[in-house]
Amino acid sequence: MQTKIFDRILFVILLAVAAIFIFPVLIVLINSFKQKFSISSDPFSLPTENTFVGLSNYTQGIDNTGFPTAFGWSLFITVFSVAAIIIFTSMTAWYITRVKSRFNTILYYALVFSMIVPFQMVMFTMSKTANVLGLDNPLGIILIYLGFGAGLSVFMFSGFIKTVPLGIEEAATIDGCNTLQVFWKVVFPILTPTAITVAILNTMWIWNDYLLPYLVIGNDYKTIPIAIQYLKGGYGSVDMGAMMAMLVLSIIPVVVFYLSSQKYIIKGVAAGAVKG
Amino acid sequence: MNNPAKRYFPIFVMPTLIAFLIAFAVPFALGLFLSFTEFRTVSDAEFVGLQNYIRAFTDDTDFLSSLWFTVKFAVMSVISINVFAFLLALMLTRTVPGTKFFRTVFFMPNLIGGIVLGYIWQVIINGVLYRFGYSITSNSVFGYWGLIVLMNWQMIGYMMIIYIAGIQNIPTDIMEAARVDGAGSLTTLFRITIPSVMPSITICLFLTITNSFKLFDQNLALTAGAPGKRTQMVALDIYNTFYSRTGYEGVGQAKAVVFFLIVAVIALAQLRFTRSKEVES
Repeated sequence: MQTKIFDRILFVILLAVAAIFIFPVLIVLINSFKQKFSISSDPFSLPTENTFVGLSNYTQGIDNTGFPTAFGWSLFITVFSVAAIIIFTSMTAWYITRVKSRFNTILYYALVFSMIVPFQMVMFTMSKTANVLGLDNPLGIILIYLGFGAGLSVFMFSGFIKTVPLGIEEAATIDGCNTLQVFWKVVFPILTPTAITVAILNTMWIWNDYLLPYLVIGNDYKTIPIAIQYLKGGYGSVDMGAMMAMLVLSIIPVVVFYLSSQKYIIKGVAAGAVKG
Repeated sequence: MNNPAKRYFPIFVMPTLIAFLIAFAVPFALGLFLSFTEFRTVSDAEFVGLQNYIRAFTDDTDFLSSLWFTVKFAVMSVISINVFAFLLALMLTRTVPGTKFFRTVFFMPNLIGGIVLGYIWQVIINGVLYRFGYSITSNSVFGYWGLIVLMNWQMIGYMMIIYIAGIQNIPTDIMEAARVDGAGSLTTLFRITIPSVMPSITICLFLTITNSFKLFDQNLALTAGAPGKRTQMVALDIYNTFYSRTGYEGVGQAKAVVFFLIVAVIALAQLRFTRSKEVES
């Protein structure tokens, strides 16, 4: 009986905390329909007859930022970078786990090492290198993301591959599969849960990444975070109405992605942490 | 030992290796080298020994004060995030209705990017401060607590998920035994639950410490370091040294090396310390 009352109190506490978590997003949503000068001074009131502006903040914001184009670039870069990371790092992880050599061991530790290095350490030299090699475009940046994502991804894949029994692969070889077939037909299907985790962690990172794309391709191609930051401009006042509308537009795809694959995201994050 | 897979090195390893060399390994080595030189464009680098490292600390106090601000921020946010996340995880592993809904809501902010998060909280904090005639950039105290609130909002859900997984992994018979032995809920918490979730604590501390130290986007969007440079964290200070001051590229790179060493030492020390507290299960 006592625990029942206790759980009821907990439920009320949790509801209050949930309200605190939703509140900021709700405020941004409400203000995206308000006249831009009545946002900074009073963001906590609902739009009134005088301050309601319909969708004009949205049209203004889209005009200022080119949001649809930014969305397109974000989507393009995220999808293809994550695909490249999954395909190539899973193969690399399998190879360096199965083929023992000094080179492979060194490569593995170099990849793991790269995980703890702050981006600022390589920020300047990496963007210079990308520039010199002509990688400063939406295709080239995919290669950069493959290089940066390789550490965590190879680490997670090889952690799992170590638990896959060799026998299955040997049987496939005896049945006449070559190494590529062994990997894609036998090993990769077993790796799928890890691949989903790796894909989710990398999607969360690349979709929201600001500084790397800003430095490498930011002048010519704006992803969503770059477009948002661009709204602030160099000097003076920000169009708060347009800002609120663009914040809403950039949250929508995230929420859609989250609600549609929530089960995998939460599992993936928990699994990713255990491996880490 | 003649592994047939060996011939497949070009297909299996080459693409990742080339990308890793271009994106990380070469820039890392080059960065290390350039920190001992004076340069504008890389090709004009001239060896200057430790001069950049000395200048990073002596030309002005920006670097030291950003380091100190980062440490103060990291300590407060690491403690608050982990305490709140652990408490929520304890609540959500009980028989409370709607646990799935709560988990969904608490984790959601983690998927929103740092730049967007920064502007969301700027509006809210400025909205509150406006009533008292202030804004977030009028005093560094506002920026400090603003960043901590933001970081908590973003990371509590993530850490909570990890703690929930840890708590659910505790074998029920241990809990049962403790209850039969008459252990109170506080004793159970400190003697069983916390020691059993030590691996989760290790990873949560690691993630919160490294993320707090490396924070950039949120800092840029929320205050951009204002007022003055008093809410500027290390990552932002390094960025500004590189890109807003000519003639300071070498100093910026030296600061980056120091930053890297600090993050590496703290992360490894923390992993070693908490790993040693983990119990075999």
